[in-house]
Amino acid sequence: MTDLAAPRLSARHLARQRRLASYRRTWRAFRRHRSGVAGLAILLVFVLVALAAPLLASSDGLDVTLANGPVLGAPSSHYWLGTDDNGRSVLTLLIWGSRISLLVGLSATVISMVIGTLMGLVSGYFGGWIGRITFRVTEWMLVIPFLPLAIGLATVLGPGLFNIIIVIGVTSWPSTALLIRSQTLSIKERAYVERAEAIGGGRWHQMGRHVLPNVMPMVFANTTLTVAGAILTETTLSFLGLGDPTRTSWGSMLDSAYQVGAITTGSWWFVIPPGICVVLVVLAFTLIGQALEEVLNPRLRARR
Amino acid sequence: MSLVADPGLVADSEEPGARSRGRGYGSYVVAKVLGSVGSLLFMLLVNFFLFRVLPGNAAQTLGRGRLNTPAQVAAFNKAYGLNHSVLDQFWIFLKSTAHGDLGLSVKYRLPVSQLIVDRLWPTLLLVGVSTILSTLIGVYLGIRGAWNRGSVFDKVSTGTSLTLYAMPEWWLGLMLIAGLGVGFAFVPGLFPTGGLHSPDIVDTNSVHGILDTIWHLTLPVITLTLAYLAEYSLIMRSSLLDELGEDYLQTARAKGLRDVVVRNRHAVRNALLPTTTVIALNIGFVVSGAITIETVFSIPGLGQLSTEAISTPDFAVLQGTFLVASAGVIGANLIANLIYGWLDPRVRT
Amino acid sequence: MSDASLLAIRDLHVTYATGDGPLPAVRGVDLTVERGQIVGVAGESGCGKSTLASTILRLQPSNATVSGTVLFDGRDVLTMRWGELRAVRWAGASIVFQGALHSLNPVHRIGDQISEPLRIHNPSLADRASRQRVGELLDQVGLDPQRARSYPHQLSGGQKQRVMIAMALACDPELVVADEPTTALDVMVQAQVLNVLSTLVRERGVGMMMISHDLSVLADLCDRITVMYAGRVVEEGPARRIFVEPLHPYSAALSAAFPRVGDPAARFAPSGLPGDPPQPWLLPGGCTFAPRCPRAAEVCLPAEPPLTSYGEERSAACVRIGEPDAPSVEPASGHVS
Ligand SMILES: Nc1ncnc2c1ncn2[C@@H]1O[C@H](COP(=O)(O)OP(=O)(O)OP(=O)(O)O)[C@@H](O)[C@H]1O
Ligand SMILES: [Mg+2]
Repeated sequence: MTDLAAPRLSARHLARQRRLASYRRTWRAFRRHRSGVAGLAILLVFVLVALAAPLLASSDGLDVTLANGPVLGAPSSHYWLGTDDNGRSVLTLLIWGSRISLLVGLSATVISMVIGTLMGLVSGYFGGWIGRITFRVTEWMLVIPFLPLAIGLATVLGPGLFNIIIVIGVTSWPSTALLIRSQTLSIKERAYVERAEAIGGGRWHQMGRHVLPNVMPMVFANTTLTVAGAILTETTLSFLGLGDPTRTSWGSMLDSAYQVGAITTGSWWFVIPPGICVVLVVLAFTLIGQALEEVLNPRLRARR
Repeated sequence: MSLVADPGLVADSEEPGARSRGRGYGSYVVAKVLGSVGSLLFMLLVNFFLFRVLPGNAAQTLGRGRLNTPAQVAAFNKAYGLNHSVLDQFWIFLKSTAHGDLGLSVKYRLPVSQLIVDRLWPTLLLVGVSTILSTLIGVYLGIRGAWNRGSVFDKVSTGTSLTLYAMPEWWLGLMLIAGLGVGFAFVPGLFPTGGLHSPDIVDTNSVHGILDTIWHLTLPVITLTLAYLAEYSLIMRSSLLDELGEDYLQTARAKGLRDVVVRNRHAVRNALLPTTTVIALNIGFVVSGAITIETVFSIPGLGQLSTEAISTPDFAVLQGTFLVASAGVIGANLIANLIYGWLDPRVRT
Repeated sequence: MSDASLLAIRDLHVTYATGDGPLPAVRGVDLTVERGQIVGVAGESGCGKSTLASTILRLQPSNATVSGTVLFDGRDVLTMRWGELRAVRWAGASIVFQGALHSLNPVHRIGDQISEPLRIHNPSLADRASRQRVGELLDQVGLDPQRARSYPHQLSGGQKQRVMIAMALACDPELVVADEPTTALDVMVQAQVLNVLSTLVRERGVGMMMISHDLSVLADLCDRITVMYAGRVVEEGPARRIFVEPLHPYSAALSAAFPRVGDPAARFAPSGLPGDPPQPWLLPGGCTFAPRCPRAAEVCLPAEPPLTSYGEERSAACVRIGEPDAPSVEPASGHVS
C-alpha cells in the first residue's frame, strides 16, 4: 500500500516543487525591475490604508450630520488636508475613499477577467462557428467606444456600487479576450496539447488541464493592467455623477469638489489629493503589470 | 547571362512559393469593409438592447417626463412600435435610424439628430487638432526614447508618459484650469476657464472671433494633447523597440548606412505600421477624452451634450450620441486599416 | 605576412555583458584570410562563430566588449573612424547573414534593397545604371531580373538566400563573410546556394570566410579550415587534411558526423560525442573539451592547451596528439571512430 502511495505522492510533490521554483524564479526576475518594485511598494501602502481605514479615521467622519468643521476650510493642525463643503475632513474621506476605489477596481476586474478569459479561450481553442462568432463579437466590442457605452449602461441601470462594478466589468473585457486568444492559439500548437488530443481527452478537459494553466501567467499580468483601467473608469463615471451617491470614492470627491466650485475658489486641498491618489494607484498597477509582462513574456525579455 | 548553368536554379523561380502569397489589396479592402459593416450592425444591436430592451419599460425610459396619461403612453408605444415583437421593433429601429430619426430629446424638446448636427463642430475641432498634435509629438517622443533606450531623455519621457497615462484627463484639465485659467497666488489667469466664445464677441467668424475661439480652445487642446500623447509615445516606443531587435537592421548597418538612415528609412518606417493599427484601436479612447474634457471646459459639443443628458436622464440623446460616437470610431478605424493595408506590402500585394 | 593579408584577426576577445554576468563568447582567436582564398570556420552551436563574424565589420551588439585587432587590408576595423568604417562596410567586406529569412526588410522591394549599398558607396550612380546592375546581380544568382520588384514575402527561402548573396556581391567587395548561408534550407536548395556562392567567389577571386556547422561541406568548398570550440580555435589547417586526418579529437568528432538527409537536428550533433558544449559562463578548468573528450587524461586538466604548430601549415590545441591512447580519466560513454 505504502509502496503505491509513495511514488504518487512524490510525483505531486515534485510538481509542486517545480511550480514553487518557477514562482521563485519569476519573483527574482521581477525584483530586478526597479519600477515594478516601486509600483508594488506604492500599492502595498494603499492596500494597508484601505484595510486599516477604521483604525486610521473613524467612519463617523463620513457622516454629513456629524461634521462640524469649517466649510471648505484650508488645511490646519486639526484638519491636515482641510475640509470639504460639508465640513468633513478631506483626509478621512480620502482614507475611506481608497476602499471604494480599490474595491470597484478589483471586483470589476474579476468580472472582466472571467468574461475575457472565457471568450479568449473559446475563440482561440475552438475552431468552427463557435470560435469564429466569439472572435467576431470580441472584435466588434473592441471598436465600440468604451465611455459612451459605460455611460449608457450606467444610466440605464441607475447609480449604485454594484451597478458600477457590473458596468465596468462587462465593458472592459475585449482586450483581455484578444490577448488570451492569441496566447491560446500559440499554446494549442504545442506538442503536449496535440498529444492530449491524440489520447482523446475532452476539449474542455484539455483546455482546463493544458491550455488554461499556460495562459494564466499572461492573464495575471493583464489583470493588473485591467485594474488600472477599471479604477480610472470608476473615477470618471463617479465624476460624471454615475457613482454610488451613498458612498465616498475618490471620483465622487472630485465630483463634489467640481460641483461646489473648489477650482474657482482655489480650494486645492479638495481637488489635488484625490487626484494624486488616483494617479499613484493607477501608476502602481501599470508599473507592476508592465514589469510582470516583461518577466513572463520571453519575447519582451529577450529584448532587454 | 546566368553564370550558373544549373537547371534546378532557373526552374526554382517557378516554384509555388515564388508567386505572391498575399490576397491582394482589393480583397483586403472588401474584408475590412465587411468587417466594419458587421461592427456597425453589432453596435446598432447593442444600442437597441441597451436603451429599449434592458430598461424593461421603454416607454418609461425613452419618454420619461413627457408621458403622463395612459393614452399618451399608448400613443408613444404606437409611434415607436413598442406594441410589436422585439424583432419587428429592431427592424423599425433600424429603419428610423437609417432615415436619421433618432427620436426627441426630452430636455430640449428637439429632434436628437438636429441637436447632434448643431453640436458636432466643436467636438470635431477639439478632437481633430488634439489628435494631430498628440500623434506628431507622441510618435517623435517614442522614436527618440526607443532609439536612445535607457538615456535620460528616454527615462524622463517614459516616466512622464506613464504618469499622464495614469491620470484622468479631466483632472489634468481641472489642474490646468486652476493653474492657467483661474490663476493662483499672484499669477493671473491667462486663459478662459471654459466656453468657446467670449460673451462680447458679436461675429464669431470675424478674425477677432476666430482668434477668440482659438484662445478658448488652447487649454482644452493642451489637455487632450497631453492625454493622448502619453499613449501614442508609449506605443511608438514599444513597437520601435520590437523592430530594433530585427535582423534586417543589422543588414542595413552592415551596408554602411548612417545610423540616422538606418533609423528613418528602415526601423521607423516599419515600426509605424503596427502603430497605425494600435492608434486606430484607440480612437474610442479619444472619444472618451472628448466627453469629459468638454464637460470640464463647458464646450458645447457632443460630449457635453451627452453628459448633460445623464442627470435628466435624456435617453434619446444618450442613445443618439452613443450612435454617432460609435459610428465615428468604426469609420475612423476602417480608414486607418485601409491606410495600413496600403502601406504594408505584405497586405497590399 | 599578416600585413599583406586581406583579413587578419589577432587575439580577438569578445565578452557579452548579460544579466547573469560577463559571457566570454570569443577567447583569443587568430584567423587569416588571403585574397582569393576560402576559409571555413566550423564548430558547434554557440561556440562564437557569428560573434566572430560580426566583429569583422564592427557590428557586434552594444553589450559586447571587444579586444584584439581585426586588420582588414592592414587597417584595424576596431579602431578606425566611423566614416572610414562605413566605407569598408559592404564595399570592402560584406556579410551574408545567418538566417537570411529575416535579414531582408519586409517592406522594401528586393531591387531597392540590393541597390541601396550601390547608391551609398557610389552616390553619382544613375538610376538606370543601378537598375541594370541589380538585374545583372539577380541574373548571376539565378533569379529572374523581374524579381527586383518583388517584396521578400513573395520569395521562397532559397530565393531570399540568393537575394542576400546578390546583395553581398553588389559592391564588388574584396571579402565576403557567409554565416551559415544554408541553414534553414532543405538539402537540395542548400547545394544549389552553396554552388552559386562558391562559383561566384572563385570567378571573382575575392576572399571568403564561410561559417558552418558542417565540416564535410567546408571540406569540399574551402582551402583552409578553422575549427572552434567554446570560443577558441582548437585546430587550423588545409581543408581536406583536417577532414580526412584530423589532429584534434574535436575535429575528429566533427568530421565523423556525416549529415543524415532530411534530419536537420542530427546534422549538427557530432556523432559519438557525449554531452553538450560547455556554457560560456561556466567553462571547465584545463582543456575545455576534456569533459567530452574520448582521449582525455590527467595531462589535460591543469591548463588550456595552446595552439601548437604540427608541421606543414597545421596547428592544433591538444596535448595528447602523438601520444599513445592512455586509459581515460573518466570512461567516456561514446567513442569516435
Ligand atoms: N547579444 C548577445 N548578448 C549576450 N550573449 C550573446 C549575444 N549574442 C550571442 N551571445 C552568446 O554568445 C555565444 C556565442 O554566440 P554565437 O551566436 O556567436 O554562436 P554561433 O557559434 O554563431 O552559434 P550558432 O551556430 O547557433 O549560430 C552564445 O553562448 C550566445 O548565447
Ligand atoms: Mg551563428
